[in-house]
Amino acid sequence: MQISAPSFSWKEAVRVGVLGGAIAILISLVGMVAAFGERYIVYGWFSMGQVLFLAPILFMVSLTLRREKASTSSKTVLHSLLAGAVGGVMLAVLVLLGQVINLRAVLVNASPRLYGMLTFNQGLPAGPFVLIAVTALLGAVAGAYHLLPPRWQRTLSQAVIWLILTGLMRDLIMNIVVRWRLVGELFKTVLFASSGLQPIGAIVLLLLIGGLVYWRSGQPAGRGFSLKNQPPTIRWASIAGIVLIFLTLPQILGVYFSEILDNVMMYILMGLGLNIVVGFAGLLDLGYVAFFAIGAYTMGVLTSPELRAEPLTYWQALPFALVISFISGLILGLPVLKLRGDYLAIVTLGFGEIVRLLVLSDWLRPWLGGTQGIQLIAQPRIGSMVLNTQEELYYLFLLGVGIILFIAIRLKDSRLGRAWMALREDEDVAMAMGINHVVVKLLAFATGAVFSGLAGTIFAAKLTSVYPHSMNFLVSINVLALLILGGMGSIPGAFVGALVLIGAPELLREFAEFRYLVYGALLVTMMVTRPEGLWPEERRRLELHEAEEELKGAEPVPAS
Amino acid sequence: MAILVSKKVTKRFGGLEALSKIDLEVREQSIHSIIGPNGAGKTTFFNCVTGFYTPEEGEILFNGRNITGLSPDRVTHLGISRTYQNIRLFKNMTAVENILVGMHPHLKAGLIGSVIRPSWVVKEEREALEEAKHLLRFVGLQGRGDMLAKNLPYGEQRRLEIARALASRPKLLLLDEPTAGMNPSETQDMINFIRRLRDELGITILLIEHQMRVVMNISELITVLDFGQKIAEGTPLEIQRNERVIEAYLGRGAASGLGQVHASPAAR
Repeated sequence: MQISAPSFSWKEAVRVGVLGGAIAILISLVGMVAAFGERYIVYGWFSMGQVLFLAPILFMVSLTLRREKASTSSKTVLHSLLAGAVGGVMLAVLVLLGQVINLRAVLVNASPRLYGMLTFNQGLPAGPFVLIAVTALLGAVAGAYHLLPPRWQRTLSQAVIWLILTGLMRDLIMNIVVRWRLVGELFKTVLFASSGLQPIGAIVLLLLIGGLVYWRSGQPAGRGFSLKNQPPTIRWASIAGIVLIFLTLPQILGVYFSEILDNVMMYILMGLGLNIVVGFAGLLDLGYVAFFAIGAYTMGVLTSPELRAEPLTYWQALPFALVISFISGLILGLPVLKLRGDYLAIVTLGFGEIVRLLVLSDWLRPWLGGTQGIQLIAQPRIGSMVLNTQEELYYLFLLGVGIILFIAIRLKDSRLGRAWMALREDEDVAMAMGINHVVVKLLAFATGAVFSGLAGTIFAAKLTSVYPHSMNFLVSINVLALLILGGMGSIPGAFVGALVLIGAPELLREFAEFRYLVYGALLVTMMVTRPEGLWPEERRRLELHEAEEELKGAEPVPAS
Repeated sequence: MAILVSKKVTKRFGGLEALSKIDLEVREQSIHSIIGPNGAGKTTFFNCVTGFYTPEEGEILFNGRNITGLSPDRVTHLGISRTYQNIRLFKNMTAVENILVGMHPHLKAGLIGSVIRPSWVVKEEREALEEAKHLLRFVGLQGRGDMLAKNLPYGEQRRLEIARALASRPKLLLLDEPTAGMNPSETQDMINFIRRLRDELGITILLIEHQMRVVMNISELITVLDFGQKIAEGTPLEIQRNERVIEAYLGRGAASGLGQVHASPAAR
């Protein structure tokens, strides 16, 4: 039965256009468009800056179309065109206004450069009309897109997304392929320009990805690749392959990207730790950086010849650092046992600040170095080799992440992990189930503290110095934000969150000054559209092991 | 022999005396009901027994041991388990996981054991899972184990909550309005199920219930509370004839009607 859905009306089209235009103006005026002006996706054709002001208009149109389930008619295209044009008009008004009034006195980013970008460098009077034409065309394309069959929609959207990503990651990709001379030359001459893609390369890439997606979406559904469904040999081979890739990554990526990976892994370590405290046990800890600081400073105090006549080595100091982190976790846990929710968050926040102020204080200066911090911290040695380059430290981080990942996975599906989750769900009932909330809460704080402390020790060894200002509140917020983004309580979520929140800004250096603006927008969008996170926690199937039983059923088939 | 003895238990909230000098004895392997109008102190009494509240006066003995003021987890370890008036499952955990949490008291793996997972922990987990599946079958939820608790229909959530309570292997089970919100046929199923708990598992049942049909049907002994006071105690027949109970709670019409309801199963 056909229920007449409210079609995309003229009024709605104008409303959507105004909204999209408003977002585009905001993005332009905070300076993001101009900052990404030189980041070409297709060299000489369009840059990330242009993507940034066109995308909101496109996004709004396509969001509305999806929600309205617009009737499949040429009217849709016409209305989308109108919505796009309205968005363009708003930006054009901004450009024209900028010619008449000196907006720059108030809005520093309303620069001639921005106007140039918005009008595709067509100058006046043609520029604004070009802009409106482009946005109108984009709107129409969005309208037409929704009339396409799903298979074509997927092909088109994925091709465009991958095109933009490839253009953005040009440096990373070139850095890898440059090692193989022939491939490197090919990529350099055909695919990539000095920034972004060559026009020819872009077309080839679009066709290639489009073709691939189109072909794959034609395959019978429900054949998703899952390691669990594979026979053991393939499963182990895949795992070995993944391990091998991780082991050779620094060789492939080089110094700069190894350092990015080191940073990402440091946050993964902290993310996995905070995931136990907040994700599993539901104890909102806003002072998590404290344990990171305690790990790093313990390493500093024990191994720096500045502070000790007979400094320890990294490996000798490590157990002390971990034990002290564990104990400090207990110390934080004790006073907050009875606190829940907001109150707990405030007290933990205070704990983080106390630790930062202590390491900063003049009072403890003789022991902790005060504002000067601690220098000459030992780097780990293996035999006669000192791990001191980014690539070598990568392996230390990898080892740490490996161990912590193992512990986190084991804990999640254990008696203790279940007790944590029960505590998160309903503390009173958990106690009535015989769970000793004191022990279980303290263990959550302490375990999380050890993970963070470990990250701190490697951080100290990496920089060979620690300063109080590295231990600020924003570290705690970053770790919490990556968990929310990846999915609270989800172990793979911590990885995804760290890659997106810590890795991506490093690749897009231009983002640096807008980092927290983007964080905010990203988190708000996530909460509205996908509150469970990018890779949400999945409950293990315990009663009916479908995957395993299928496997057992498949095994007896003879290989001959 | 009494499994639970309450001696002059008094609980005050500020000036309000929610329970005053409650004396109560629950005989081993009996089905004992507590009834009374809203605000009579029934759930408060449950909370005192399970350790959520500490009574200001009096003491509670379980199997002869004083459990007054023990924390809820200690009480559970001793063998008392409960369900809640408004279902309180761990909503974002699966049905099996809910039951496994209920088994917490008699599993032993700690932090180190959980990480290293020596063979005894593997064995313990395997056996716990088997027992959890057995409990699922017992309450008629087989095949539902991997569903999140919040996605189960209402009646199944009630039964899962009982299964979770049973997982701690209680000697005494406190049920707080187990038939609330159920239709007559579901209610009858629940009555039969509660009898099975006692007959097959030998668990003593103490329940709070509002539906007189249920109370008169399965109880061996009934205690009536009103404004925190015990106003009557006796067999279903005695309670129906008790003048004070009729005044306070049942109402004259209801009492005579109940006689008929009760007469029919007895006649069978």
